[in-house]
Amino acid sequence: MSKIKCQCGHENPFGTVLCEQCGRPQTEEAKKSETVDMRYEGSARRSQTYKRSIIDKIWNFFSSVKIGISIIIAVLVTSAIGTLFPQKLFVPFKAEADIAAYYERLYGIVGVIYYKLNFHDMYNSWWFITLIGMLGTSIIIASVDRVVPLYKSLKQQRTKRHPSFMKRQRVYGTGKVEDADESLQKAAEKLKDLRYNVKIEDGAILAEKNRFSRWGPYVNHTGLIIFLGAILLRGIPGFYVDDSLWIREGETLEIPGAPGYYLENKAFTLENYSAEEDEEVFGKAIERAGVIAKEFRTDVALYKNAEGTVAGQTDNIELEKEYSIIVNKPLTFDGYSIFQMDYRDELKSMKFQLTDKETEDSLGEFVVDLTNPDRIYDLGDGVSVELKDYYPDYGGFENGEPISKSPAPDNPAFIFKMITPEKPDGEMSFVAIRQTLEVEENRYKANFISAETRNISGLTIRKDRTLYLLLLGGIVFMIGVIQGSYWNHRRIWIQKAEGNEMLVASHTNKNWYSLKREMNEVKDYAGLPKYVDREDTESEFDDREGDFK
Amino acid sequence: MSKICQGGRSMSKAAQMAKKKKKRLIIRTVVLLLLLAAIIFSITMKGTEKTISIGDKAPDFELVDLDGNKQRLSDYRGKGVFLNFWGSWCPPCKVEMPYMEKLSKEFSDKGVHIVTLNLKDTQLKAETFRDQYGLTFPIARDTDESVRRAYNVLPLPTTIIINKDGIIEDIIPGGMTEEAIRTSMESIQPE
Repeated sequence: MSKIKCQCGHENPFGTVLCEQCGRPQTEEAKKSETVDMRYEGSARRSQTYKRSIIDKIWNFFSSVKIGISIIIAVLVTSAIGTLFPQKLFVPFKAEADIAAYYERLYGIVGVIYYKLNFHDMYNSWWFITLIGMLGTSIIIASVDRVVPLYKSLKQQRTKRHPSFMKRQRVYGTGKVEDADESLQKAAEKLKDLRYNVKIEDGAILAEKNRFSRWGPYVNHTGLIIFLGAILLRGIPGFYVDDSLWIREGETLEIPGAPGYYLENKAFTLENYSAEEDEEVFGKAIERAGVIAKEFRTDVALYKNAEGTVAGQTDNIELEKEYSIIVNKPLTFDGYSIFQMDYRDELKSMKFQLTDKETEDSLGEFVVDLTNPDRIYDLGDGVSVELKDYYPDYGGFENGEPISKSPAPDNPAFIFKMITPEKPDGEMSFVAIRQTLEVEENRYKANFISAETRNISGLTIRKDRTLYLLLLGGIVFMIGVIQGSYWNHRRIWIQKAEGNEMLVASHTNKNWYSLKREMNEVKDYAGLPKYVDREDTESEFDDREGDFK
Repeated sequence: MSKICQGGRSMSKAAQMAKKKKKRLIIRTVVLLLLLAAIIFSITMKGTEKTISIGDKAPDFELVDLDGNKQRLSDYRGKGVFLNFWGSWCPPCKVEMPYMEKLSKEFSDKGVHIVTLNLKDTQLKAETFRDQYGLTFPIARDTDESVRRAYNVLPLPTTIIINKDGIIEDIIPGGMTEEAIRTSMESIQPE
């Protein structure tokens, strides 16, 4: 595509509104208008230059601010819809079919649609990730397409602008002065006082200040891109882990998300402040809140498997460290943190007494460990009990056979074979909580005496290698915001015309009030002609560029 | 003379322009492809981080079975392995066990072995279950659940079909019929 040659001799890229060097209007529209749109300095946005290949078309699509805003709206709307019903994470089922049924049961046809469209697991759905990716693409391309031409035209701007450019500025003035040269001299002095960068050339002044504030939006976008990139990194294994683990006292489990590491729960402790003992300090708080934890702790041992060992092989695990996890004091290792989150109770063991039904004489007691039961319990004197079968979560009979609903010892039931000198062949008895079944009338009975409980500690495993990158993204983002909001790019043009005639014009991207105040100071000091603001309202929002966040 | 000069200059200028345009096209293409790759990458990575899939090498493991024998997957190299995760409380596990027992005898001569891993049951329960169903194939308890995590097994039962080269041929969540078990075992039978 051809270039536009300005009268001043400078060649501008296609699409240019105002000449990069002298500022003469290049389009019919700009020539006709009274004030020009100074957005992007009237430079040619790259997106407008070529519309040829498919690549250029895609590029131009993403370069459009309208498209960018549309994507943002799409993200906002879908995110809002995603909050209507709970996300998959909060559904108490794991299997996909159960999850689908859950949404259908609770929310009917809307729930089915919600599930089918992946709203139930929105952050992992392909279309949401695509939307976010398109947002990132839009931010990058739209920024590149604007910052490069803007940089070029600000760099190439000439001190002396053409009167047609001056005339079309929002703040413009012309008139006779006593001595043009002296006024110019004094204006330059005053502008330097006001900490402007002053360039003088051929009877013209260009005073400029805070050009860097124009880069604010682009710095801000860089921060956003760093942020999005960090979130992208979370998908790579090893960068981000957020998992949970229920571990009983005495149990050793592999840590989810941290292959090769094992955790042993040595003890769990929960103590509450009591209203009697701690009345003085906690009395009122206990009254209000009910229960206040004094100690909420899991004592753990961390083991590491030797290099090169395979899953399940634990002969070579080595103790890494022992630690007491309390709230806000996680166990940390190799970038991981393990936090105390929750706990629950579980039956640990049950104590039985073998008694003679008639005489109620005891033949001895025995304890069944519910997570690792022994088979034979020898009570001495030729008396023993054999545990024939065990149903940790007894749920009735099915096809004449007792069943267990789960592997957790929530409602234990046992089949005991009681061997005594009187009954050497043994008597069979099915014992559940508050229920004993016998095939034939037995002489002996296993009586439940007491039960012990233990705690299962609920832990959360976290690892986030992207945290510092997210922080960096956030900082860069804020620097961009500050840069663009607390400073304004101001330019004042002053030049001599015919005789003692002078032209003044100025532009800022925001805060016209302060610009005019500074202009007044210069005008009064140097005796410059009066100027008018042709849009005499504070229209701060009109001239912000690149604000498509 | 000067005309020729001018012509020459504009020619080289046009060539320069074309070169610039080509460069721009390449840069734009590369940038767009990179961004597309990033999107595709995050879609494929999300939520599927830990899963293993068909065609992957089966993660090796070593556990001691109820008879005290070491069960190491890599020791079965050259043979097909029907790897089944189960729990005594799960109804479909109970249904498929007799089929598995029957077919394990039939296929052991043909180089396909059934290895089962029990999850969450106590030693005693696993043993009584084995005796109740008369199971003869190896049963090992995955007490620290590291093998379950390595295979990312969620529902029980889950069966992993591993060929003689240690490659996963199929992953079957849920119970299987006798016919399905037979078909799976035939599919990994070494020639």
